[in-house]
Amino acid sequence: MARVPILKLGDLLLVSIHIDLEDQTAIALQDDLAERIVATSARGVLIDISALEIVDSFIGRMLSTIASVARVLDADTVVVGMRPAVAITLVELGLSLGGVRTALDVERGIRMLSVDLTASSNNRHEIVLDEDVLPAAGDS
Amino acid sequence: MTSAGVAETSSIDIAVDQDVVRVRQAMRTFAVNAALSLVDQTKVVTAASELARNTLIYGGGGSAVLELINNGTRRGVRVTFSDSGPGMSDPDLALTDGYTTGGGLGLGLSGARRLVDEFQLDSAPGSGTRVTITKWGR
Repeated sequence: MARVPILKLGDLLLVSIHIDLEDQTAIALQDDLAERIVATSARGVLIDISALEIVDSFIGRMLSTIASVARVLDADTVVVGMRPAVAITLVELGLSLGGVRTALDVERGIRMLSVDLTASSNNRHEIVLDEDVLPAAGDS
Repeated sequence: MTSAGVAETSSIDIAVDQDVVRVRQAMRTFAVNAALSLVDQTKVVTAASELARNTLIYGGGGSAVLELINNGTRRGVRVTFSDSGPGMSDPDLALTDGYTTGGGLGLGLSGARRLVDEFQLDSAPGSGTRVTITKWGR
């Protein structure tokens, strides 16, 4: 089973889903994210689904659950990059993604989260990221 | 549907998680070959994903038979999900939004019906479940 990588960027955890998600992979991502939020004291979770060709009720529920669990662990979640056809299908399917904040792209999502992208986990602020580095980090 | 021609078929066994992904991918290929719009492709693939998962979880596994069809003026895709699981005592109730006997949202069956042009559900206790969906090109 494939696993979805979780990248840490200051106070932010960045997840970019690039594979057709098996249900077990989605469940593993939920668990991994909860672990990482606590382990890194992340304040924000950004989930990029721009590569996802469909979001069905299972994946939709995963997104809602991640947002709820993150909320309880004191982190905000934003889902970014949903394709227009996916949005239309989700609404017709009857899924509202309640409690999940969305943004059109990674940049807007990061702005929405107002996290400190330069914070290191031990607060030493040694890692200073230039703004130009951000898009590259999202692609990795 | 007697006049409908079937141009191509494919059968996929649904026994493990990964098979749901295989159904989605095969469905996408068929939808592209039927020249469905991107939105209609997305709708029918999503519907197929819901039904394939139902076949696996509630039916205990089964199969999906995909068909590329033609009614003389339009092309379309049809897929039939069959299982020999416990079946449903009340198929109408199963089609109600929010109704579930599992741990899901209860949107799979009802939502899938909204996403396609034709939807047929045959199920009875002890005789399994058979769901056929059709999506036509515009």
